[in-house]
Amino acid sequence: MRLTCPLCGPRDRREFYYYGHEDYLQRPGPDAGPEAWDDHLHLRDNIAGEVRDLWYHETGCAQWLVVTRNTVTHEILSTELVADRKKKGVRA
Amino acid sequence: MRILGKGQIDRNRPVSFRFDGKSYQGYQGDTVASALLANDVRLMGRSFKYHRPRGVLTAGSEEPNALLEVVGATNQTPNVRATMQEIFDGLNTQSQNRFPSLSFDFMGVNDLLSQFLSAGFYYKTFMWPRAFWEKLYEPVIRRAAGLGRLSGKHDEGHYEKAYAFCDLLVIGSGPAGLAAALTAARAGADVILAEEDRELGGRLLADEPDLDGAPARDWVSSTEAELRSLPNVRVMTRTTVTGAYDNGTFGALERVGLHTPARADLPRECFWRIAAKRAVLAAGALERPIAFPMNDRPGIMLAGAVRSYLNRWGVTAGKRVTIFANNDGARQTARQLMAAGVEVAAILDSRTDATAIEDCPVYLGARVTDTSGRLGLRSISGAHVGGNFQIETDCLAMSGGWNPTVNLTCHLNGRPRWNVDIAAFVPSEGVVPGLSVAGSANGDFTTHACLAAGQAAAIEALAEIGVTAAAVPLPRAEGVPYAIQPLWLVEGKGRAWLDFANDVTSKDVKLSAQEGFTSVEHMKRYTTQGMAPDQGKSSNVAALAVLADATGRGIPETGTTTYRPPFTPVSIAAMGAGGRAMGFAPQRFTTSDQASRDRHAPMIEAGLWYRPSYFPKPGEKTWRESCDREVNMVRSAVGVSDVSTLGKIDIQGKDAARFLDLVYTNTFSNLPIGRVRYGLMLREDGLVLDDGTTARLDENHFLMTTTTAAAGLVMRHLDFIHQTHCADWDLRLISVTESWAQFAVAGPKARALLNAVLDAPLGDFPFMACGETQVGGVKGRLFRISFSGEEGYEVAVPSRYGESLFRDLVAKAEAMGGGPYGMEALNVLRIEKGFITHAEIHGRTTAFDIGMEKMVSPKKDCIGKAMAARPGMVGEEREQLVGLRLAQETKAFGGAHLFTQGAEVERETSQGYVTSVCWSPMFGATLAMGFLKNGRARHGEKIRIVDHLRDLDLLAEVCDPVFHDPKGEKLRA
Amino acid sequence: MRYSGWKVITQGLLGNKGWTPAWREPAPKAEYDAIIIGGGGHGLSTAYYLAKNHGLRNIAVLEKGYLGGGNVGRNTTIVRANYFLKGNQEFYSHSLKLWEGLEAELNYNVMHSQRGLINLFHSDGQRDAFARRGNSMINQGDDAILLDREGVREHLPYLDFEQTRFPIYGGLLHPRGGTARHDAVAWGYARGADRLGVDLIQNCEVTGIDIENGKVVGVQTSRGAIKAKKVGIVVAGRSSQVAAMAGMRLPIESHILQAFVTEGLKPVIHHVISFGMGHFYMSQSDKGGLVFGGDLDFYASYAARGNLPMVEHVMEAGMTLMPMIGRAKVLRSWGGIMDMSPDGSPIIDKTHIDGLYLDCGWNYGGFKAVPASGWCMAHLMATDQSHEVARRFRLDRFRTGHLLDEEGTGSQHNLH
Ligand SMILES: Cc1cc2nc3c(=O)[nH]c(=O)nc-3n(C[C@H](O)[C@H](O)[C@H](O)COP(=O)(O)OP(=O)(O)OC[C@H]3O[C@@H](n4cnc5c(N)ncnc54)[C@H](O)[C@@H]3O)c2cc1C
Ligand SMILES: [Zn+2]
Repeated sequence: MRLTCPLCGPRDRREFYYYGHEDYLQRPGPDAGPEAWDDHLHLRDNIAGEVRDLWYHETGCAQWLVVTRNTVTHEILSTELVADRKKKGVRA
Repeated sequence: MRILGKGQIDRNRPVSFRFDGKSYQGYQGDTVASALLANDVRLMGRSFKYHRPRGVLTAGSEEPNALLEVVGATNQTPNVRATMQEIFDGLNTQSQNRFPSLSFDFMGVNDLLSQFLSAGFYYKTFMWPRAFWEKLYEPVIRRAAGLGRLSGKHDEGHYEKAYAFCDLLVIGSGPAGLAAALTAARAGADVILAEEDRELGGRLLADEPDLDGAPARDWVSSTEAELRSLPNVRVMTRTTVTGAYDNGTFGALERVGLHTPARADLPRECFWRIAAKRAVLAAGALERPIAFPMNDRPGIMLAGAVRSYLNRWGVTAGKRVTIFANNDGARQTARQLMAAGVEVAAILDSRTDATAIEDCPVYLGARVTDTSGRLGLRSISGAHVGGNFQIETDCLAMSGGWNPTVNLTCHLNGRPRWNVDIAAFVPSEGVVPGLSVAGSANGDFTTHACLAAGQAAAIEALAEIGVTAAAVPLPRAEGVPYAIQPLWLVEGKGRAWLDFANDVTSKDVKLSAQEGFTSVEHMKRYTTQGMAPDQGKSSNVAALAVLADATGRGIPETGTTTYRPPFTPVSIAAMGAGGRAMGFAPQRFTTSDQASRDRHAPMIEAGLWYRPSYFPKPGEKTWRESCDREVNMVRSAVGVSDVSTLGKIDIQGKDAARFLDLVYTNTFSNLPIGRVRYGLMLREDGLVLDDGTTARLDENHFLMTTTTAAAGLVMRHLDFIHQTHCADWDLRLISVTESWAQFAVAGPKARALLNAVLDAPLGDFPFMACGETQVGGVKGRLFRISFSGEEGYEVAVPSRYGESLFRDLVAKAEAMGGGPYGMEALNVLRIEKGFITHAEIHGRTTAFDIGMEKMVSPKKDCIGKAMAARPGMVGEEREQLVGLRLAQETKAFGGAHLFTQGAEVERETSQGYVTSVCWSPMFGATLAMGFLKNGRARHGEKIRIVDHLRDLDLLAEVCDPVFHDPKGEKLRA
Repeated sequence: MRYSGWKVITQGLLGNKGWTPAWREPAPKAEYDAIIIGGGGHGLSTAYYLAKNHGLRNIAVLEKGYLGGGNVGRNTTIVRANYFLKGNQEFYSHSLKLWEGLEAELNYNVMHSQRGLINLFHSDGQRDAFARRGNSMINQGDDAILLDREGVREHLPYLDFEQTRFPIYGGLLHPRGGTARHDAVAWGYARGADRLGVDLIQNCEVTGIDIENGKVVGVQTSRGAIKAKKVGIVVAGRSSQVAAMAGMRLPIESHILQAFVTEGLKPVIHHVISFGMGHFYMSQSDKGGLVFGGDLDFYASYAARGNLPMVEHVMEAGMTLMPMIGRAKVLRSWGGIMDMSPDGSPIIDKTHIDGLYLDCGWNYGGFKAVPASGWCMAHLMATDQSHEVARRFRLDRFRTGHLLDEEGTGSQHNLH
């Protein structure tokens, strides 16, 4: 399995650490309440098909990536830097 | 028998090898199978279940029968295919799965009992009495089962792993593969050509067709020469592509040193990870047998294999050969044998409409219904359109048609399609992104079509990656289409084998259908069809045809089972190359490593690091003696310890303080410059992630320390929080763990020792201060922190100066009655002081549990704060950190459970457990830490400690975990 | 038809013509009292105990493929009761007791082999953690023995005690731990359920769950609509998809776990060995193959197949721990889709929809749970009450914080 890091180019999967679905990007406010936090940390759509999930180029540039990927075929559709989204003002 | 003038072996280089203790002679270029056949040895193995005598069926890696043990000087390799093992002088092989000998095997009695050993019989019996399963039935079954033997000794062989990258990976070097490789090579693409065999050519070698009117070998040789001469081409022979993986990755096994006597400079095998932009699968096709009664005797072989032995090795597999086939292809075997002067008794063609014109008798509409010959074929009998036949023959060359080698196309869950014309499954298109299929692997069974398809596949694949390739002139070749009429099973009295290796017969498949195991996957699991070392390469399709028939379905509806990697079995050692001994994980050494070893300190693993356990002094016989001395030394004089393994993260930027407020439960933004603070970090789920100190070196510059174990984890966590939640903050983080060597100096004489090494004496430097310092002209950092409860400092210098500083500190400490201390003493010191480690913060503890809930600032948000407030995370039901104190010295009891005195000892009454234990020389008592239900309210209670495993039942007093200097006066001294 | 050695002999003499199907192939009825979605180990055992323990007769198991084709037929067959958290302990202990009577219960040889499981440890800290576990097991009434290095050597003399990267300090031996034949477990329960009248319906994919006024009334399937009073979702790696049909979002992420088997070998390994430090475990099947595996591939997936990094990692772990296996050749690798929960422990609970029940979150360890999971799920579906030994497997525990995190790795699904 190979992923293309936006900074480092195509790299072996071994260089990356996998975290989970992109739900982790939407951190609720401190008073959002237990449901919101449960949603954030535990509940998942867990789709069989196209998903967006978070990978860390741990032995590369130390950037966190959002990877658009198919969980059935393992096809990788796109990768982008998490930090870029934030800076571009995308509501994570 | 060897045929003069045939074959590509080097007759000038005789080679002798052993099989079952007997010495045989072959030639350079022979395999064990070809050499044994040349020596008229037909019996090469025993089957798995019935222990039936077996000979070689094929000439390739798909061989189900002729599996041997190769015996080396220190090790033996089981289940080696006689068809793949090249012979060399000194090669020693033996047969397997038989006792006492290959020709007489006691377990052959299973064959007589075969009617009771039908598919799945073991699910129906051996149930009573219960205890007999482990004691009797299972051991007997296990001994009878299995094939070859491992030696039980460490595999001392040398193996390698490697990566390779290319534009085009060509898998297989038959006509299609060579055409593809040549086309791509001339276009200048980066090409890898992988071929399982020791030579290029594929079936061009075995079939010897004419190309451009000359023997195919000529074209193969010239093509190989050209490919090898090109810098952009890597030709890999003896290399099997074993698996297709995601995004253009392939696994491949190269047999580097298995064909020669062991050589120090050659690994046995190399496992390759190939990243290919595009790939062409040209892996050819595999011939399939016909299931007819008693079709498993030595001497009954595949027709294509008989051709291979003749053309490649100059060997005839019999003196009087008979052909039994349902297709045209096998005719070639008869013709070539006759041309070589071998008698062909007859061609038995199952079809009624095939030609009967050959130079030998041809029976049409023929069926073989019985065979004879216990250890080797003697005769066959059967019927044909004109009546019955009985033929004396020592070799029956059969062909039930050919199966394209679709395996790799199915590794990513692709399913093959049924092609009626060739009565075989062919690959579905596009099922492995970037891989196309050409030649007989795709169902093209003529040389002409294979050459053309190989070329076209290469051109197309390269075009996709922007490389333009031109057609290269290809040799002229035959293009006679292949004609087949399916014949899967000849019914008759005896058993008809489908899966030779696992002894699955047509009866087993029918029985499985009769018992309701009608899905092909059920049939496979119930009968074990296709689960032997050959993975059913030659038998699966016939078996599912029999199943289809038994269930009244067609073959396409019945479908195939799943093809999985590896294509051919791969040794654990090859895929695990580099893992042996210390290779399994990196080793990390501190700068004081050598100095510690010089003092004979036993080094122990701390994560990937090595740290000294203790520093023995002459006369000390146990670790405890050294440990006690080191503890006393720190408490009374001064100790030095390398703490560089703790994670160090440098944090800078205008928003650095704000960031720390977010990641720590407590506040850092109000930390004055030049001060250090202890911090507690939670995971977002509210449980404790790590703890450590962070120093404020400047307004916008902090240095965080983490525990050794969590250094990587915390770095990743911080990067995550930074990049996802506050990427727009002015903030930079970097791990500087390896950049600094850091030493703890602790004890009443710590300040004196520092003053002896620092360039300037320490001035006012209170507890939790930090600042720059200088040692021998080298700039360093100094922190006043303590993990022992004594007055303590940590001094850090750039790593290159670590070793000399350590040696200097230790020497000067010794002069003051101090010295180095190791992990054991460090552990005692921290337990005495009630400091926690990952024994306590083990991933299930909250700040509340460890009594630090007050450190979760109510004034601000922090990571983990919301989830830490869940009802299940606080309250009396939770187990809280306590100290435990016992007057007596006892065996260690970490992991013991706590019980209220007088209560039953069982699951629900367990009140908690012990996490850390030590003998405290200072208190003359056994001290421990643990978690106790509602523990903080129970100080003073006597609690029962039960350790079933170490046979301990003790009473301890529950107390505050801080035993030593609870007010911290020493720290601040 | 009752199975016995005698039957095998008499049938053998008659040419094996008299064996009858292990189960019927019924067409789905219009309505059932209870429907179990998923014909894996847990679904089949749930149906079996619903019929056996609770007297329900009008039950169907709906399986989208063939019975036992999911994880129950692709696991590495380890059966153990070596947990240390209350909640897990009593459940797995109960399960092991059911295993010990399973052949007699089902009249099917599932080859449950209590050959002993050894968990190795490599530091004093790990030793104490395993001691805590072993003591918990004994408190529960199960068995555990703490072995030192020499003790391990007596059992497993072929490990590399001299130069392995993480030296062996000792091991925790669980004598009643072992293996079983995975397919036989599915088939045994299927045959048992069928004999009690349960309809096992294969090639029947559930595509929708019908709910009226907050109450389940039936399911939509590839073979038509079927009415039901109660529906149990027991679909392991597919739990999120099926629950979504009822509008639910589960605390589950699906991941691949790979496993491996070598070519057949004469007996060499007589235990189940677990090398936690290298994420590696191995046993030898009765057929002779070394059956082994390691950790997840770590990325969410429904592909039921994995990639080389984990393959190689597992092989490397094997080589550092027990280099004698080097010459064994891997015959086959495969993967299963694991229903990973945020604390690594399962869920057996009601849902907010009346009559809809959930059994999932088995992570990498649900094979050993097959008997008890069926037992407790049947109890729940029949009585609407959690069974005593499964009462902590609540669906809302992540929200409330009553976690069962044996690994201590936290809420990240793939770390368990
Ligand atoms: C490689 C591997 C190794 C493992 N090793 C062990 C081990 O050593 N010990 C251990 O205890 N556990 C182990 N496990 C875990 C264990 O196998 C699983 O936890 C357990 O089998 C899951 O429960 P199940 O048997 O019911 O699942 P499954 O067998 O997966 O059953 C679920 C069924 O639901 C069906 N289904 C899904 N969706 C639908 C639908 N919409 N309609 C109808 N049917 C549907 C599926 O087809 C499937 O048959 C391992 C798992 C794997 C993959
Ligand atoms: Zn990168």
